[in-house]
Amino acid sequence: MGIPRNILQLWSVVRRWRSPAAYDNTIMSRQIHARRVEGVDKNVWVEFTQLAADYKAVNLGQGFPDFSPPQFVQEAFCAAVMGGPSMHQYTRAFGHPHLVKSLATFFSRIVGLEINPFEDILITVGAYQALFCAFQALVDKGDEVIIVEPFFDCYQPMVHMAGGKPVYVPLRPRNKDGLVFSSEDWVLSAEELASKITPRTKAIVINTPNNPLGKVYKTEELQVIADLCIKNDLLCISDEVYEWLTYDGAKHVKIASLPGMWERTITVGSAGKTFSATGWKVGWAISSSHIIKHMQTLHQNSVYHCATAAQEAVACGFDREYDVFGTEESYFQQLPAMLHHKRKKLATYLESVGLKPIMPEGGYFMVVDISTLSVDFKDQDTKDEEYDFKFVKWLIREKGLATIPVSAFYSPEHQQDFNKYIRFCFVKEDMTLDAAGDILRKWSPESK
Amino acid sequence: MATRHTHTKRIEGLDKNVWVAFSSVAADPSIVNLGQGLPDLPPPPYVKDALAKAATVDRLNQYTRGFGHPPLVKALSQVYGKVYGRTIDPFTDILVTVGGYGSLFCTMQALVEEGDEVIIIEPFFDCYEPMVRMAGAKPVMIPLRLKPGKKTVTSADWYLDPEELSSKFTSKTKAIIVNTPNNPIGKVFTRDELQMIADLCIKHDTLCFSDEVYEWLIYKGHQHIKIATLPGMWERTITVGSAGKTFSVTGWKLGWSIGPQHLVKHLQTVMQISLYTCPTPLQEAVAQGLMRDCALMGQPDCYFSSLAEELRDKRDRMASIVRAAGMTPVIPEGGTSCSWTSLPSVSLFNMDLSHMENDAYDYKFVKWMIKEKKLAAIPDFEKYIRFCFIKQDSTIDAAEVILKNWSKTQ
Repeated sequence: MGIPRNILQLWSVVRRWRSPAAYDNTIMSRQIHARRVEGVDKNVWVEFTQLAADYKAVNLGQGFPDFSPPQFVQEAFCAAVMGGPSMHQYTRAFGHPHLVKSLATFFSRIVGLEINPFEDILITVGAYQALFCAFQALVDKGDEVIIVEPFFDCYQPMVHMAGGKPVYVPLRPRNKDGLVFSSEDWVLSAEELASKITPRTKAIVINTPNNPLGKVYKTEELQVIADLCIKNDLLCISDEVYEWLTYDGAKHVKIASLPGMWERTITVGSAGKTFSATGWKVGWAISSSHIIKHMQTLHQNSVYHCATAAQEAVACGFDREYDVFGTEESYFQQLPAMLHHKRKKLATYLESVGLKPIMPEGGYFMVVDISTLSVDFKDQDTKDEEYDFKFVKWLIREKGLATIPVSAFYSPEHQQDFNKYIRFCFVKEDMTLDAAGDILRKWSPESK
Repeated sequence: MATRHTHTKRIEGLDKNVWVAFSSVAADPSIVNLGQGLPDLPPPPYVKDALAKAATVDRLNQYTRGFGHPPLVKALSQVYGKVYGRTIDPFTDILVTVGGYGSLFCTMQALVEEGDEVIIIEPFFDCYEPMVRMAGAKPVMIPLRLKPGKKTVTSADWYLDPEELSSKFTSKTKAIIVNTPNNPIGKVFTRDELQMIADLCIKHDTLCFSDEVYEWLIYKGHQHIKIATLPGMWERTITVGSAGKTFSVTGWKLGWSIGPQHLVKHLQTVMQISLYTCPTPLQEAVAQGLMRDCALMGQPDCYFSSLAEELRDKRDRMASIVRAAGMTPVIPEGGTSCSWTSLPSVSLFNMDLSHMENDAYDYKFVKWMIKEKKLAAIPDFEKYIRFCFIKQDSTIDAAEVILKNWSKTQ
């Protein structure tokens, strides 16, 4: 902003005198937007969702189910909608009382701590907004935030908008020969993580089960992170939206339940992923009250309330799950069992055409190594993009199959090291997975 | 506390909020709640039915387009295309947000930053000031002033002094926030008044954030004018609307920002970083409601006008009840569905407010009224309290009983 504003204003006035016809189209001559929105406008979802739609591709890209939420929760939503007038008016700003009470009851039993529904919980518009509130409330200009790669892409722009500086540490394949067959094989080096901590480090962000890899952090892995958090007095933002989706006996562990971690951890959850209703956009943050109160302040000055009826329906869902927890009737058992089968189906299709999936221990997604394939992109106008971006676009256009490039989940500095992977979502109807299988079979990609 | 970490500078001093404080007090069902601006009337049935139906469609329970569900942005483009008399592109000129509140937030975060000044007209909906501060900017206040010597006061008697307004614009002014119909007074800005503001915006090359959530609630004899339709204003104005206030469904928390692409694109960036997308089934239902009423625009059946008709009677009733209790109402020309009422002095009601030392007079009065009289309102600007009348007749009846007996016991 080198040119003084009054000169710019004079110029815009002069411009108007010269061309009165252009008066109605005069755009402001000064910088309009705030600097906090600079450089964060690109978004992989917007781009690839559009492309998938344009080519009517079989969509295993964006992470949402193409089947319905369970009946009991749909019924609860309808009941709420047809309920009294209060269901359509503002509820308590920090969370509908029924919902915060249900969540407190449910999660108190899981973590073995007494969670206060009104002080330790904030309901948000999806887990996405819970993350946003956490960064805005707790990350100041100049703070450093450690992000474990690959990461759900929103963490980086959120840290940036809060004025913070992201510091990346990648999960690395532990086998020396690089062979990786499971998300379990991707690990964090304690030394590498420790080396990233500076006096400016405010927080570390982890995601377990991880998107996109599907890694489910074990207790000892979380303990390494916890030890560093406690030693260096860091906060921990733990994105656990896929907490119920673990396979092959992997257990989801909450870092907040480790000693010394409750008071410094913000645990983020999602009704959308819990109840296969991503379009409801109900999420939450659970933490110690001295942290939640700051997130509540942010929330009250940004969106203030979340939709009432959806919160009521989610509360009913959790009440029901509390009663049947651990039994066969629990959706939290049925959903992972159903997805286990779909995970296997997709893996079989991929393996049958010579592709090697990294079997996820948890979550919605399966990452596939495409480095052995040779594809001709000659017709594509993709300039400076990473290899996997080019590949995914080619796959949509030429084969009608939509996925997401994994380098989108990496920092600019590490993207080129991890640009030979693509991500499939297997939380789809069997019909959709079968259609993908057909495409793969017809394609029969040649391996080197 | 086991950690040294505390909150960020951006939320410093922003933790107090009148709604949080008073809503919890008035959550007691034995209290007649004319405080928070929410209806206790049911929403129109076709809008509820549309939501119930949407929830049964698989695809509508999953993510939709981030910047706004296509049927909704198309419906908004149709409704507002008619109202503005211009083509509004559903994909570039509109952003769907979490209520009018969320629209204001996206606007501030996208377009306002440290070093900026933002002009706010008093009295104002309370969130403007903290949102401006959170964006790092400085709020510059200008009060609406009351024309002297009027017996029956209406919201039209509150005006902006042209010289005073002009003096508030500096080289740092980024935007002015206009709220019409105004909350809490109910003032509906006239074309001349808006032109005066527009002239200053153009002269100083500033933006205008126009909060028009009550745009349909105009009582007979008045007209809602959109400042964005004045010459030279479309390209510098963001206009905020609300499904909650339009369809009496405040608990749906859906709103929208409408403006030129070169501004809206920055709001869309904020949206994509903050919460990505709004709930799908709710957007679908609002889209259907809008299409239904768009077709009826100008006719008495149209909810946009029928609600205003219904509220006018309630407004008049509220005014007479409040007068009977010895308070002076400011009759609103539109919107807000609230009646701003100036308070009598303490002595008139023989109240003991001494235990509420640190609060302003209006806060003390309202707390006393809730506790002793079981009637809730919202304190406003020290000498006034605000009653919301978008309530069922039975609620207003109950308020009448309290206010009638009030003056009797003195």
